[in-house]
Amino acid sequence: MLYIPLWKRVMVLGVCVLAILYAAPNLFYDRVETHNDAVAAIEASGGVATPEQQAAAGLWPDWLPSNIVNLGLDLRGGAHLLAEVKVEDVHAARMDMLWPELRDALRVLRAEVGNIRRQPAPPGELRVAISRAEGMTVAVEAARKLAQPIISLTGMGQSDIEVAAQGDVLVVRLTDAERTAMDGRTIQQSLEIIRRRVDEVGTREPTIQRQGEDRILIQVPGIGSAAELKSLIGTTAKLTFHPVISRTSDPGADAGGNLLLPAADERDIYYVLERVPVVSGDELVDAQPSFDQNNRPAVSFRFDPTGARAFGDYTAANIGKPFAIVLDNEVISAPVIQSHIAGGSGIITGSFSVEESTELAVLLRAGALPAEMTFLEERTIGPELGQDSIDAGSLAALVGMVAVVLFMVASYGLFGVFASVALATNIALLFAVLSVIGATLTLPGIAGIVLTLGMAVDANVLIFERIREELRQAKSPARAIELGFEKALSAIVDANVTTFLVAVIMFMVGAGPVRGFAVTLGIGIITSVFSALFVTRLVVAAWVNLRRPKTITV
Amino acid sequence: MRLKLAPEKTNIDFFRFAPVTFGLSVVFMVLSVVFWLTFGLNFGIDFRGGTTIRTDSAQPVDVGAYRQAIEPLGLGDVSITEVFDPGFAADQHVSQIRIQAQEDTEAVTPEMVQAVERALKTVDPSITFPSIESVGPKVSAELVWAAVLAVVAGSAGIAVYIWLRFEWQYAIGSVAALIHDVLVTIGVFSLFQIKFDLTTVAALLTILGYSINDTVVVFDRLRENLVKFKTMPLRDVMNLSVNETLSRTLMTTTTTLIALISLLVLGGDVIRGFVFAITFGIVIGTYSSVYMAKNIVLYLGVDRGGPKKDGPSGTRFAEVDA
Repeated sequence: MLYIPLWKRVMVLGVCVLAILYAAPNLFYDRVETHNDAVAAIEASGGVATPEQQAAAGLWPDWLPSNIVNLGLDLRGGAHLLAEVKVEDVHAARMDMLWPELRDALRVLRAEVGNIRRQPAPPGELRVAISRAEGMTVAVEAARKLAQPIISLTGMGQSDIEVAAQGDVLVVRLTDAERTAMDGRTIQQSLEIIRRRVDEVGTREPTIQRQGEDRILIQVPGIGSAAELKSLIGTTAKLTFHPVISRTSDPGADAGGNLLLPAADERDIYYVLERVPVVSGDELVDAQPSFDQNNRPAVSFRFDPTGARAFGDYTAANIGKPFAIVLDNEVISAPVIQSHIAGGSGIITGSFSVEESTELAVLLRAGALPAEMTFLEERTIGPELGQDSIDAGSLAALVGMVAVVLFMVASYGLFGVFASVALATNIALLFAVLSVIGATLTLPGIAGIVLTLGMAVDANVLIFERIREELRQAKSPARAIELGFEKALSAIVDANVTTFLVAVIMFMVGAGPVRGFAVTLGIGIITSVFSALFVTRLVVAAWVNLRRPKTITV
Repeated sequence: MRLKLAPEKTNIDFFRFAPVTFGLSVVFMVLSVVFWLTFGLNFGIDFRGGTTIRTDSAQPVDVGAYRQAIEPLGLGDVSITEVFDPGFAADQHVSQIRIQAQEDTEAVTPEMVQAVERALKTVDPSITFPSIESVGPKVSAELVWAAVLAVVAGSAGIAVYIWLRFEWQYAIGSVAALIHDVLVTIGVFSLFQIKFDLTTVAALLTILGYSINDTVVVFDRLRENLVKFKTMPLRDVMNLSVNETLSRTLMTTTTTLIALISLLVLGGDVIRGFVFAITFGIVIGTYSSVYMAKNIVLYLGVDRGGPKKDGPSGTRFAEVDA
């Protein structure tokens, strides 16, 4: 007979109740969201709540689950960017740092290697020509001494540079292991800095994650446009302070291994600067928008102890000489050092607007990006379009569901009603799971749900058709039902495993919208099998045991 | 009175017109490839890079004026289409502007987007831009590969599963049916030049999953019947199996189509292409599992084993108690 042990009945019913409980917050989306935001805000401020926050938190009872599905950018509106980090920049910078060291090491050996001259080289390579080729072995040896062991989990025991001789040119190159380790650090650092910058603007739940080798995906809901987001995170904000060698109006001037950078405010003015900075933005501890003595917008900053010492020593030794403040390869200003600046604080003046000085302060506080970024993909979706999509999707889902229910009842009568109960449970379960795992619902995701609606009844159809067949062979109702469930099982399992397989593959190889669809489809398959096999069975068994029908029509 | 999509007991000979149906399938597949090669696919920006701008205005869309406004910017190939949807308000006029990927820029330039926006504002000051999407050529090339990989991996995964659960003949039959479904869907997209983008690939994968679902149900019944009727010719067992599952096939296809048609009509224009692909594929998938997959299995033959053999192990799932 259709006997289901008590514990199993309790379990299935329990899952259904939990499903409804956890799916329910999505029906009151705005309310729960306001509540969640308020709770998070109160927590962030250490338990102190403003009256508005208190009121907002009170919109939803604390003892009820408050997980809701995240709405994807296409539904909520916002900006999406895919950035590629130019890791070669870091390789090049690394070689620039190595050059003075190598120069000093080779200068000592002048008698053997002769004159040395740096030659142009691709990023991550340093080429030095020596005038006495016979001294090459000595030079190579000296360069090798500069190598450091790599500090990383995988690159243990390897050194960071390899040295080779090509005729009279000494070639120093970063090893592959060092490149990998450096790239990893660069991306990690970029992620961290982008997160800090986005957090400073304070929007909700930004997604900032690494993608592949050297890419970063940034999704910020609620921001007006991708252009806005880009100006926030696209600026490197690399601040350095360099000694000035000379000033020129010739953009093609021969800088002879030094930097030639344009002035930000004056046209056709270029500065020749020493390549290695005295101090850099990395050594800043604070930056605030402020005003200079002429009441023009400026940014004041403070160095950390190392930065302060280097800055203090340099200014003490170079009173009367100009000093360039460089931001992202432009000379913001080049004041003359008036006196020894101790204490490590200073002010950057330039022709800023108040907005610019505020943004620059934010960028300096968050820190400079270790490398420049290029944007490969950008999408902006307006919030109205998102709302339209939600409305259209929910209407379609509702109409689809009603139509499917009507059709099932028309085809299977009472059993159609049973299947509809299972269908409703299925939807509740699906939303409960999506909410609890914090999945993101996208527009294709809604399509996935609607498709699941149609396909979810498949398992029930398989079972009911099987029961019909068994009934035709004059089996008793209870026996026919039991056999129907039993024999339909293998078809249900096989059919759903294959579809599930496709969902998994979609999730693994797919990007963006495809993933959202794969998630709802995959979860929908699991919940629909559960509801068809367990929920329908429970309902049917309860009905049979209650009524003990002599004949049934399915 | 119950609604019945198929009579209680059918006895249709699905192989009667086998040469015709099979031939038609092959013709459709060949035609699809021909369309694909001659017309090409109307790739969205996901696959060929470029920018799409969605405009929304209270004024009617004047494609000619839009084009004239954008032309002086010299952006190369620009396509402007008006979008219609029953869900739009009476004074809502939407268009979709697509601009090709610009030469020698890997990244997307905001200046270009701003220039286009300014140009359109001069034509129609009330215009707004609800969505702007740009994809660089580098990413789009990778997305093409990811898409191809997804479809191939999906088919391969299915084939392996069917092979493990059934036999290799079934696996070949199912995969042939899948290739048929995917090709014909691509053919239709090529013939009508419907936008083919990343979500279309998701649709193709869904079709794979759905089509195999149908095929597996028929195969499952076939496996069961092969054990039950050991001496019946394969062709008859197949016909019996399809007839027995016909009612279910029609029921499920109908419920799925009901849900999808609701989405097609009411779901908004943003996902219409995607829903259309799935809807079309599901009809094709049902056809192919009845007419395509089986024919191949029949042609390849099935090892029906000796009298000792206990049939493939699949039905043992039935011991699992629910």
